[in-house]
Amino acid sequence: MATTMVKENNAGPAQLLGPESASERTLYPYVTGTSVVALKYKDGILMAADMAASYGSTLRYKSVERMKSIGKHSLLGASGEISDFQEILRYLDELILYDNMWDDGNSLGPKEVHSYLTRVMYNRRNKFNPLWNSLVLGGVKNGQKYLGMVSMIGVNFEDNHVATGFGNHLARPILRDEWHENLSFEDGVKLLEKCMRVLLYRDRSAINKLQIAKITEEGVTISQPYALKTFWGFSAFQNPTVGAEGSW
Amino acid sequence: MSKSAVDVPPMGGFNFDLCRRNDMLAKKGVNPPSFRKTGTTIVGIVFQDGIILGADTRATEGPIVCDKNCEKIHYMAPNIYCCGAGTAADTEAVTDMVSSQLQLHRYHTGRESRVITALTLLKKHLFNYQGYVSAALVLGGVDCTGPHLHTIYPHGSTDTLPFATMGSGSLAAMAIFESKYREGLNRDEGIKLVCEAICSGVFNDLGSGSNVDVCVITKGHKEYLRNHMLPNPRTYISSRGYTFPKKTEVLITKITPLKDKEVVIEGGDAMEE
Repeated sequence: MATTMVKENNAGPAQLLGPESASERTLYPYVTGTSVVALKYKDGILMAADMAASYGSTLRYKSVERMKSIGKHSLLGASGEISDFQEILRYLDELILYDNMWDDGNSLGPKEVHSYLTRVMYNRRNKFNPLWNSLVLGGVKNGQKYLGMVSMIGVNFEDNHVATGFGNHLARPILRDEWHENLSFEDGVKLLEKCMRVLLYRDRSAINKLQIAKITEEGVTISQPYALKTFWGFSAFQNPTVGAEGSW
Repeated sequence: MSKSAVDVPPMGGFNFDLCRRNDMLAKKGVNPPSFRKTGTTIVGIVFQDGIILGADTRATEGPIVCDKNCEKIHYMAPNIYCCGAGTAADTEAVTDMVSSQLQLHRYHTGRESRVITALTLLKKHLFNYQGYVSAALVLGGVDCTGPHLHTIYPHGSTDTLPFATMGSGSLAAMAIFESKYREGLNRDEGIKLVCEAICSGVFNDLGSGSNVDVCVITKGHKEYLRNHMLPNPRTYISSRGYTFPKKTEVLITKITPLKDKEVVIEGGDAMEE
């Protein structure tokens, strides 16, 4: 099977979508991952994602690594359809392979990978066959930190802290208040854990098994999966109907 | 299909006769006018002496802000206040109605109203209307059994919580509460936390904005701090003020004289009879 950079969608009649023809476009996601949160800190980028992949409302897979290193300088985290994420990893594998084959001493940095991903996502969206993912791309090259995001319709931007999915609503307010330049590694991890804890409490597809990945000039480190401490000891939770027996 | 001539007595609740017509019209592209909603952030917490409620002050009509400084914390009883999100008319009407029912009950029993009384009255009413009364409420107060904080959803379900948020900005405010709330806060810490949560909604949610209202309820005492924080002041006011001339301004005056009419007598007889 010849691998080409641009995949042709060779379904002629199906594209016109007559009433009986099967659709060969992605209509809805099936196996999905939930939010990814990332921020820039003193030495590079910190990214956190849990390890769950849900099949609709069932928590189907609990050991999915949703963050992968790309080349020497980048780290990619994805939420959304897992099969599309694996497809993107194949595209990027090819991209990095061709880059290595040049053997010219230069290697693709995070900005270039982000640009490539933006083009791929946008072109797929234009063909009405999107890759159903929100991607977070972070990396460090020649001392320059880079953190960007691409959505499934091709919206892309670069920022000091990003979040996908539910993280947009729950983690962004915390990051906007508490992020500042030159966070130390411990402070960055604490801030990410704060965001992931709120997501664990309030996102139904989150589980208490997460990984934190760090990328600096030296390279990528993805931690072992671990769990966060949670607190359920509020007195209103213990006895909600005090003073009103029988109500709820 | 028999047409019975028996008159059915008028029933209470909603009359759904026009729903089919509305659906048909909506399919043809004629949409009903949008109503004034309070895209909102409302919060409440239990602190060591009682309850603190907070709300933003923006009321929206679709994409337009129709009231920059509305009041979302409604009075229910001297010791009970209720924040409302959803359709502004619904929250006002439902809280006014239950407030008067509570007053009548106070006259009847001679005792201070309890929060669960207000809760049950609101819950019954909202369930009866099956979610069509679009009012999402955060009800808080201190009565003889202690401090109570409840949330009530438009369909009539309720929760009893140590901290609660409702409205479009509820996720932003809940993020602040989940990371910073702990039991046994004192008054200043509690007000600071509530303000932080409302500001998180104000600045991160488009449906919430303007100022922060706070209401502190303790045993036997309440404080309604209207516009406790004004984080969105109007800063760009021209110091010279604005002056408007009292008539139509004359910008330029230009006079163009018209040419005199020239009478040309052609060759030939001047006048022919």
